[in-house]
Amino acid sequence: MKILVAVKRVADPDNLNKIKLSAQGKVDTTGLEPKPSPYDDYALETALRLTENGTNTKARLGEVIVATFGPKEAEQMLRAMLGTGADRAIRVDATDEALDGDLVARGLKGIVEKEKPDLVLLGYQQAEHESNEVGQLLAEYLGWPQASSAGHIQSEDDKSLLVGREIEGGVATVRVTLPAVVTVLDKIVKPKSVQSKHTAATHAYPEGVRFAALMAIMAAKKKPLAEMKLADVAPDATLKVKYGAAELPPKRAAGVKVKDVKELVQKLKTEAKVV
Amino acid sequence: MAGTLVVAELSDGKVRKATFNAITFAKQVGAPFAILAMGAGAGGAAKDLAGFGAQKVLTVDDAGLKDYVCEKFAPTVAKVAKDGGYDTVVVTATAFGKDIAPRIAGKLGAGLAPDINLVKVDGGSRKYRRPTYAGNAFSWLEIATPVHVVSVRPTEFPAAEPAGGGSPIEAVAAAPQDPAASKVEFLKVETGKSERPDLGEARVVVSGGRSLKEQFKQVLEPLADALGAALGASRAACDAGYAPPELQVGQTGRTVAPQLYVAVGISGAIQHIAGMKGSKVIVAINKDPEAPIFQIADYGLVQDLFVAVPELIKELKS
Repeated sequence: MKILVAVKRVADPDNLNKIKLSAQGKVDTTGLEPKPSPYDDYALETALRLTENGTNTKARLGEVIVATFGPKEAEQMLRAMLGTGADRAIRVDATDEALDGDLVARGLKGIVEKEKPDLVLLGYQQAEHESNEVGQLLAEYLGWPQASSAGHIQSEDDKSLLVGREIEGGVATVRVTLPAVVTVLDKIVKPKSVQSKHTAATHAYPEGVRFAALMAIMAAKKKPLAEMKLADVAPDATLKVKYGAAELPPKRAAGVKVKDVKELVQKLKTEAKVV
Repeated sequence: MAGTLVVAELSDGKVRKATFNAITFAKQVGAPFAILAMGAGAGGAAKDLAGFGAQKVLTVDDAGLKDYVCEKFAPTVAKVAKDGGYDTVVVTATAFGKDIAPRIAGKLGAGLAPDINLVKVDGGSRKYRRPTYAGNAFSWLEIATPVHVVSVRPTEFPAAEPAGGGSPIEAVAAAPQDPAASKVEFLKVETGKSERPDLGEARVVVSGGRSLKEQFKQVLEPLADALGAALGASRAACDAGYAPPELQVGQTGRTVAPQLYVAVGISGAIQHIAGMKGSKVIVAINKDPEAPIFQIADYGLVQDLFVAVPELIKELKS
C-alpha cells in the first residue's frame, strides 16, 4: 500500500496556554518551540503500522510519503519523520499567511494526482486552528470516500479498510474502498488500534508513537526530500477564509478553596445555587 | 443575504438537541431561514421542527438515508442549498456536522467557518469567532466566498425555544449520490448503553481522573446518581482503561459546558480544560493543592477523593 501522510508544523501544543496577542491583535506564538501537530504524528504512526509487520518494523511493506505546506524550517520536521520510518518527503513552499484549509486541500489534491497513493492519512485537525476540515475537503475534491475521526483501522486487504469512527457516545464502523482519505484521533496509537494485514491480530504495539533511533536519523539524511512550489500543486491560490484579529478568552479566575465537604455543599446550594 | 439553511441532525428519526442551538444561530443572523431534515423518518421529525419560525421545513425522507454516510447526505444538502439560493448553510459542530460541513463547503465552492462560538453581523458583512489553540484564543474569521458554510458549537448558542405557529413542511427529493458513496459501506454503530443523560446535554457532569484507578465507577457512579449527572473522564483515565473512551472530556473527546462540572482527581491538563472550561460552575476535588485544575475551579477542595466523595454523597442526600 502506498500512503501519503499530510503533516503540519505548529507551535508547541503542550504550551498553547502561553500564547500572547501581538500589537495587531494576532496570535503570537513567539517562544513556543515548533513541533509536528500531534495528530499528524499519529497519522504517520498509523501509516507505518499499516505498511509493516509489527514484529519487524524496519522492513517497509509499502511506501509512506510525508508532505507538508510550510517554510524551509519545516524540513527539520520532515527529516525527523523520515528517520521515524517514512520513505520520502515533500515540502510545498508556503507560509501560513498564504494558506487556508481549503487551499491546502486543493494543493494536496495536486500531490495526490502526481503520486497516486492508495490512502491519504491526516490528523483529524491541526493543533492551532483546529478546523477539522482538510481531510474531508480533500476527499470531496478527489471524489474519494472519507472516514474522519478514526480511532480504529483494520486493513482487510489492499482494496478496503474497516474504520471505526468516534462519534458521540460510541463508534460507527464503516468499510471504505480504497483509494480513500482517513483522518485519525489520538486513540489510533493505542496498542491494537491499527490492524495491518501484515501483522498478526494478537500483536500489541507499545502505547503511543515510535521514536527514531539515532542510526535511522543519520540514514534519513539520504532519503529523498522534494521541494515544490505552491503553484506546482495548486494553480489557483485564492483563499476562501481570512483570519483577522484574535482575542484571549476571558480568564476563569481561581475561585475559593473550601475547608471541607460541608462548606462545599453549602456554597453549591446557597451561593452558586446549582444543587 | 438571501437566507439560511439549517441542517437538522437526526438520530433514529428524532431531532438531536444540538439542532436547536443551530436554529438560534440562524435567528441571530437575522435572515429568513429554512430547516432541512433528512434521513429515514425525517417526515416525522419535521413536525418537531415546525414551531421555530422557519419559512419552511424541507424533508428528505429516504430509506437509502437510514444510516449517516457523508457521501450520501452531502450531495442532497448541497443541492437543496443551491436550489433554494441559500447563502448560508449551518450545521451542528458535532461528530455529524464536523464530518459533513467541509464536504458541503467543497461542493458549494464555499468558505467554511467551523465550530464557531459567536457571530457578529454588521450590515452586509459577517464575522465568525471560534475557539483556537486548545481554547486559549478566540479567532475571528471572515469568509470571502458568496456562500458560507458554518458549524456552530452547541454549548455556545442557547437552544431555540418554540415560537409557535407552524412552518409549512415540504418534501423534496434526494440528490443523485456521489460516486464515492458506493465506496463507503455503513456497517454498525456501537454506543455505550447508559441510563444517564448524554454528556453533551447534561446539566451536571461528574468527571474522574486516573487516580480513581479500578474504582472509577464504584466511586463516581453514586455521586453522579446523587446529582443526576452524566459521567465524564480525563484522557488519562480513558487511556489507562479505567473509564470507557466515550466518556472522555477534552480537546479530543467531548466539549461540555454544564451548569455544574465536578472534577474528581483530575489534575487539569490543557487538553482537558479545553473541553470543559465553558462550564458555569466548576468544582475540583484533588489532594494535590498545586493541581492546575484549581486555577480555574470556582470551588476547590484539597482532600483525598476517596474520603471526600463518599462524604459529599452523604451531605448531598442529607
